[in-house]
Amino acid sequence: MTDTTLPGQDSEGRAKSAAEPLPHYVNPAPFDPSTKEAMTPEQERYFMAPQWRLVWWKFKRHRVALFSAVLILLLYASVLVSEMLAPYNLHTRNTNFIYAPPQTVRLFHEGSFVGPFVYGYDYRLNMENLKREFTENPQKVQPLRFFCLGDDYKFWGLVEGSFHFVCPAKGGTLFLLGTDRLGRDVLSRIIYGARISLTIGLVGISLSFILGIIIGGLAGYYGGWVDNITQRGIEIVRSFPEIPLWMSLSAILPVTWSPIGVYFGLTIILALLDWPGLARAVRSKLLSLREEDFCTAAQLMGASPARIIGRHLLPSFTSHLIASITLSIPAMILGETALSFLGLGLRPPVTSWGVLLSEAQNINVVVLYPWLMLPVIPVIVVVLAFNFVGDGLRDAADPYK
Amino acid sequence: MLSYTARRILVMIPTLIAISIIIFIIIQLPPGDYLETYINELKSQGEQVDPARIEYLKEIYGLDKPIHEQYLVWVWGLLQGDLGYSFEFELPVSEVVGDRLWLSMVLSTSTIIFTWIMAFPIGIYSAVRQYSAGDYALTFLGFLGLATPNFLLALVLMYLANVYFGVSIGGLMDERFIDQPWSLAKVGSVLEHLIVPVIVIGTAGTASLIRTLRANLLDELQKQYVVTGRAKGLSPGKLLLKYPLRIALNPFVADIGNILPRIISGAVLVSVVMNLPTTGPMLLRALQSQDMYLAGSFLMFLSLLVVIGTFLSDLGLAALDPRIRLEGRAEK
Repeated sequence: MTDTTLPGQDSEGRAKSAAEPLPHYVNPAPFDPSTKEAMTPEQERYFMAPQWRLVWWKFKRHRVALFSAVLILLLYASVLVSEMLAPYNLHTRNTNFIYAPPQTVRLFHEGSFVGPFVYGYDYRLNMENLKREFTENPQKVQPLRFFCLGDDYKFWGLVEGSFHFVCPAKGGTLFLLGTDRLGRDVLSRIIYGARISLTIGLVGISLSFILGIIIGGLAGYYGGWVDNITQRGIEIVRSFPEIPLWMSLSAILPVTWSPIGVYFGLTIILALLDWPGLARAVRSKLLSLREEDFCTAAQLMGASPARIIGRHLLPSFTSHLIASITLSIPAMILGETALSFLGLGLRPPVTSWGVLLSEAQNINVVVLYPWLMLPVIPVIVVVLAFNFVGDGLRDAADPYK
Repeated sequence: MLSYTARRILVMIPTLIAISIIIFIIIQLPPGDYLETYINELKSQGEQVDPARIEYLKEIYGLDKPIHEQYLVWVWGLLQGDLGYSFEFELPVSEVVGDRLWLSMVLSTSTIIFTWIMAFPIGIYSAVRQYSAGDYALTFLGFLGLATPNFLLALVLMYLANVYFGVSIGGLMDERFIDQPWSLAKVGSVLEHLIVPVIVIGTAGTASLIRTLRANLLDELQKQYVVTGRAKGLSPGKLLLKYPLRIALNPFVADIGNILPRIISGAVLVSVVMNLPTTGPMLLRALQSQDMYLAGSFLMFLSLLVVIGTFLSDLGLAALDPRIRLEGRAEK
């Protein structure tokens, strides 16, 4: 650019009278801004990268976030094949093994390698306190079977099947996390519960996303009294304590509703209290981005408002939106867990982690059968993972910083 | 300051009215009015319903009147401290709840004080010693505190206390003090029992406060005036406390408004798990038996706590930061 200085742009030229046109020169050579500083291919790859790729590069650097993202994807993938992953059916009752403690997977039996197996249980009713006592019997070696036929199930409630990735030995048991009061395998129930617990966050967040974008977008775009009203509304919704309001709303869901109805009713309830956060984020982003230089530039170039919003504003805050969505999914998962734990949310036979935990409500039961508390672990893991991913995304959302 | 307070109170009133309308709608949402439910329930148990009594109740609560008048009757009652009538207990709500409202307030207030006392030094430490081992450990703990739902934490703690110490940490006072008049020993016992629930409810709030304070203080410490101060030989303690901390404190105080609803929510859940005699278990029970008047009153009370708490934190913020009391609105 520097070699195209116009002649006559010196003090002498400026001093000439305004009536005479300035001598005018246009360089006929093709214009190439990079003649002075040619970029190496590597630089070019970096400088020309689209935004999403920059975000990805930056996100990749955050190891914990990356690991958490992979974990979350795996968990969601497991939801697709819960029936096959779980060694037992969700409702199988092993009436001979009520409150059986977890079995450990072993590889060596009496010094020799037999592959993964568990020791079978001997059962005895303690006549003094009427407690069921299970002891491992080293004589009963029960090797696990892989890619096998076991409990029958209906795949996604549609197709009959009995294929599992892991099954107990024929006539044996495989309770890696113990059983509950009806002799149902806790591990299988946790795997099935993931289907409800993980999806309720997604469905809820999509509802609250739609609400948040529309309301926040209107407030940010129109400003003025629309903005004022939505701001007041948001303040009112936010001054409700979440859980008591959730409790009240879910308590008035009619008892006659089908489990699916209750499921969607719950997602609506969860979304009702979640959208203000998103709407606020959308609004403040829209308001601040409107003042950015690139927006002014687009306006000066004559772009229509629709184009400015669609082409320039939206893309520059979708990454922020995704980050804040990721951060509010765990709140929904926790909300569902809390409600179901209290018996106000989902009800059996629908199984979510909260429903499983409601069995652990009584502290005496927990002291006797601590493995009933294990569904806590997936809840914490998922919530932590979502938090890390959200944090990573939030840092990566603005790759130009 | 006075005009700011007045303005702030004026904003609070419409908020409270809107909240009360929403809660009244929730009370009305279950099909049929609650008297019908109540009569049906009594009939299904084969009990006789005294028509005079029904008439009396109908009159008190204006059930024969249009819905907006019912609302006015309810709000007027609330203002006079009449929380409505519990159909499950057949007593006025205010008699059913007794000490519970008060204990709820004690629990929430002590939790907030706890979060402040914990978050303040830890936040400063993490910011001043950024990326030190202590900072990492505290950050990790903070994350864990944020991710662990507090009712589950309560469950786990109760389990551990039971297994390792053989004590039950539920309840809010020793059994011998229940239904006893208040005495110094009783207050002591309540304080003793408060510790665990306060820690459990406070973890999430503490964690988020630490993160806020750390981030703000870090931003502030990088500014030029700090460098200048250091170059001029200001002592490190003064350099930290005199200006950066004061500015970093603003969001810290403002955050109370965000944390308060969560603390009150958490208190409800944890109270259910740990069987504390606060509003939580009673709210749950009222909801389970569809005793909507009782539930509505609790919900109103809890929302009122949040609104007043936010109001107080805004006042504190205005006292700290002249920009806010002059402009009349908090920057969030």
